[in-house]
Amino acid sequence: MPLPYSEKVLEYFKHPKNVGKIENPDAKAKEGSPACGDMVTLYLKVDEKTKRITDIKFESFGCASNIATGSIITELAKGKTLEEAKKITWNDAAKELGGLPPVKVHCSVLAVDVLRAAIEDYEERHGLIKERVKTTKEIVFKRLKHVMNPLVGLDIVKTNIVKDIEIEDGTISVMMDVPRDHQFANNIEEEVKERLEHLWDIKKVEVVFEKE
Amino acid sequence: MKRVYLDNAATTLCDKRVVDAMIPFYTDKYAVASSQFSHSPGIESKEALDKARETIANKIGAKLEEVIFTSGATESNNMAIKGVAQANRTKGNHIITSSVEHRSVREAIESLEKEGFRVTKLPVSNEGFISVDDLKESIRKETILVSIQYANQETGTIQDIASIGSVCNEKSVIFHTDAALSFGRLPIDVKKEHIDLLSITAHLIHGPKGVGVLYIRDGIEIVKCMYGGFNEFNKRAGTENIPGIVGFAKAVELIGPEEIKYIKKLKKRLYDGITKRLDAVQLNGTQKESLPTILNLTFRFVEGESVILHLDMKGIAVITGSACFSRSLEPSYVLKAMGLSHEEAHGSIRFSFSRFNTEEEIDYTIDAVYDVVKKLREISPITPNK
Repeated sequence: MPLPYSEKVLEYFKHPKNVGKIENPDAKAKEGSPACGDMVTLYLKVDEKTKRITDIKFESFGCASNIATGSIITELAKGKTLEEAKKITWNDAAKELGGLPPVKVHCSVLAVDVLRAAIEDYEERHGLIKERVKTTKEIVFKRLKHVMNPLVGLDIVKTNIVKDIEIEDGTISVMMDVPRDHQFANNIEEEVKERLEHLWDIKKVEVVFEKE
Repeated sequence: MKRVYLDNAATTLCDKRVVDAMIPFYTDKYAVASSQFSHSPGIESKEALDKARETIANKIGAKLEEVIFTSGATESNNMAIKGVAQANRTKGNHIITSSVEHRSVREAIESLEKEGFRVTKLPVSNEGFISVDDLKESIRKETILVSIQYANQETGTIQDIASIGSVCNEKSVIFHTDAALSFGRLPIDVKKEHIDLLSITAHLIHGPKGVGVLYIRDGIEIVKCMYGGFNEFNKRAGTENIPGIVGFAKAVELIGPEEIKYIKKLKKRLYDGITKRLDAVQLNGTQKESLPTILNLTFRFVEGESVILHLDMKGIAVITGSACFSRSLEPSYVLKAMGLSHEEAHGSIRFSFSRFNTEEEIDYTIDAVYDVVKKLREISPITPNK
């Protein structure tokens, strides 16, 4: 039996593209943190007039699917305008890579998110961003679409394991439809928190598991 | 491609001489072992079984009837823990274990917890040792069983079994130890070390898979887990796996006096070679009281699955405690219990050795590890001063 990765994933893992740092980047972003596992950083050079990405580089403290996705996403984004690059999805990356094992999807999502975060960073720095909006259920759901259910490799919203969300006094409670002793409970909890804790008007995030 | 197998703490190559010893018991002497009132082939099988039992009993200082053949250490651990707990239910409901046990001990005890047993999980130091004083303090009048491993499967840390044994002995608590990784690597004497139950397996010492032993000290009450006959002194039913058992004994006989010295040398060579060429490498476990067969290192700033995939492409088989590698996407609970951060577990690699590894393989591995870690550090955002 071969490794659970496609040849293309392995090829990009062996010979990653666009790795490294850009000195004086026009924008940069970081997703994940060493404390909770994978971490990836991304740097952009953007043509101010055309808003095209002229150079893009990434660094990864992560596993094979993280490194491979970082490579593919930077290849896809290079030469595109920011608006075009924003539309690159995890699906585009996964398709280019010839698929990823479900359990590994969450590592690769990080590499897609970091591109969006870098574009946002650019927009923020160049005054292209609108006012800060209050966190709503909708926003939370949207963010949770980036948290994967490692069992199937689809996000936790689509797979219906988020039962409900409550937002009160800066606390978000995410009600889950899985028990505490679920194989991936700790992993999901960690990722949910990571996605939501940075929202500007949120102080606390609780993940509530189903009673056994 | 060159192949270097350094995952000997998962399983080992079955020695050709072991296989040769087993074959006749498939092709020729295949009768079940039965009493002296049976047919001649059955008696022949019984003799082979007795002889193998004697070899293993001698190796651990046990009596013949204290050696029960099982299907491996996982069954031995389950049988010991569940069997003793059920048999001693009326005496108490408290079990003490450590936080770094193999899954077969950990989950067997968890299953008892669900049935209402109380469990104390002793913490370990950053080198992986439990504290014997902690153990002493944790024993209460309801305590019926202490289950603490002989040596750790990920880091090789060896517990002070003799002291743990005498504490249990003084307090009249039954003591079980999972010695799957240390058997054949360290001298074991169940009487001197006051061990009441001991689990071992053949496949970690170049024997066949699917055969193990549970040593049960004479007089220890245990409930039978496997019903269906009087086999194994009426403690474990089922047709004996005679070829496997014969292979197990042969594997024990083949452990030579020079073997451990040789493996120790390999471990030292790898450790010295790697730490000489790479900085920010941390030893997980301990220098002194550690199995010669296991070396666990963290390469800072890189992720373990990436390291092992690259090493695999160079033909080297090792494993990692990284979350990315585990089925639950959580880092190794052993390393976590030792106080390692997620980040440190992320870059941990376990190398484990056997007598079939060579110095040349170790040198090849040092070069490969150097190349891989260097390459991954170059693309890592957290590597300082690249």
